[in-house]
Amino acid sequence: MEFINNIFVNIAGLVRWVFNWLLGWLGLPLGLTDVLMTAVYWVAIVVVCVLCALFYVIWERKLAGYIQRRPGPNRLGPNGWLQTIGDAIKLVMKEDIVPDKADKPVHLLAALLAFVPPMLALAAIPFGEGMAALDLKLGVVYVLAVTTLASLPVLLAGYASNNKYSLIGGMRVVNQAISYEVPQAFALLSVIMVAGTFNLTEIVHFQQQHLWLVFVQPLAFVVYIISAVAECNRAPFDLPEGESELTAGVFTEYSGMRYALFYLAEYCNMFVAAGLATTLFLGGFSGPFLPGWLWFILKTFVIMSVFIWVRWTLPRIRADYVLSFCWKILVPLTLLNMLVTGVVLYLI
Amino acid sequence: MLVQYAAVGLLFIGAVFFACAALIVSRLLQPHNPYKQKNITYECGMLPLGDAWVRFKPSYFVTGLIFLLFDVETMFLLPWALCFTEMGLAALLEMFVFIGILAAGLVYAWKEGALQWH
Repeated sequence: MEFINNIFVNIAGLVRWVFNWLLGWLGLPLGLTDVLMTAVYWVAIVVVCVLCALFYVIWERKLAGYIQRRPGPNRLGPNGWLQTIGDAIKLVMKEDIVPDKADKPVHLLAALLAFVPPMLALAAIPFGEGMAALDLKLGVVYVLAVTTLASLPVLLAGYASNNKYSLIGGMRVVNQAISYEVPQAFALLSVIMVAGTFNLTEIVHFQQQHLWLVFVQPLAFVVYIISAVAECNRAPFDLPEGESELTAGVFTEYSGMRYALFYLAEYCNMFVAAGLATTLFLGGFSGPFLPGWLWFILKTFVIMSVFIWVRWTLPRIRADYVLSFCWKILVPLTLLNMLVTGVVLYLI
Repeated sequence: MLVQYAAVGLLFIGAVFFACAALIVSRLLQPHNPYKQKNITYECGMLPLGDAWVRFKPSYFVTGLIFLLFDVETMFLLPWALCFTEMGLAALLEMFVFIGILAAGLVYAWKEGALQWH
């Protein structure tokens, strides 16, 4: 049990030992071990990202099918579960079409940068005890800062396409991202007030000693989930991509692998948002019987399924409602929540 | 501590490298046959009228200003949230005043119609 719980930590330790031994044998400075370990973490994060995206795309299509009382994709593999692998191969082999009028370097740059924010954010999230690639003291602030960057490549894509729908979509992305950033930050602030630390692992330890923060801060949890959905541009906040009004929004002029990169980044952003919610509110990697990292994956999976459920239940919100809901309801609510939390914490 | 943030830089390069590798692999596998009609801006299928790089509505700009205000506020609140219990009643009350001023600003913006869609 203990062995399975620590299996990834032990593997990382073993790899570090091998690197140390190799560097000593080659007569190179031992400081290089940290650089090589970063490469190992990089491989691990890429594998996690690709696997989770492959799985969640098919899971979303299946779940959407069941919600609408149809079977969903059911041709490739057992009951259709290999469908995304086929789709991924198809996307890799499609032609990259770049419009003549587009700003070509920026068009390419947007696709290259799309994957950066979720990758940097995943590095700081603890998948288990001691399983954060970067165990930063300012973990919450770092993740908050990095996830905000996710709207930049999308804005670049919208601008570079030289397409009116893309431009409108890009503007909507930024508008939505900066608006919902505020209630999200306030929701996280009230968590920090209770836990008294910025470090994600220590917040999980706090929840192990006391109780899950979702019971202490239910309002902050709900606001965080709503803002996370909005920041990931998911329905009912999928205005930037609204296919019935903006063709495909920002991604209209993207095809083939460049589109696949954005698609991958979108699912990884969802994974980051759900993972942060798990860590901050649902006790992260703590749980009985099963190993910690499995608990983390399970809880994240439940939150992602909620995202999918919301997407296939609610219709798209009108652009002006998106803003007024944020500034007139969520921001005052979270401010009030913070003040009440402050008073209660001072009294007890 | 600094080594950890150096790792952030390395991971940034790693993420761009991943995207580059994916694009190069795809480039080797895909057909490449661009011609004039194919490379017209797609929009919704019809021939596009005019350029997309035009002046844009300023209603997004106002939201940007309000966001800036609240983001700076969050920056001040972050260190306070960490240690306000040890700093006594004064810290709590001062933050009440600080948030109160900003809430007044929000109410003012609301009254002025900055939160309204024009």
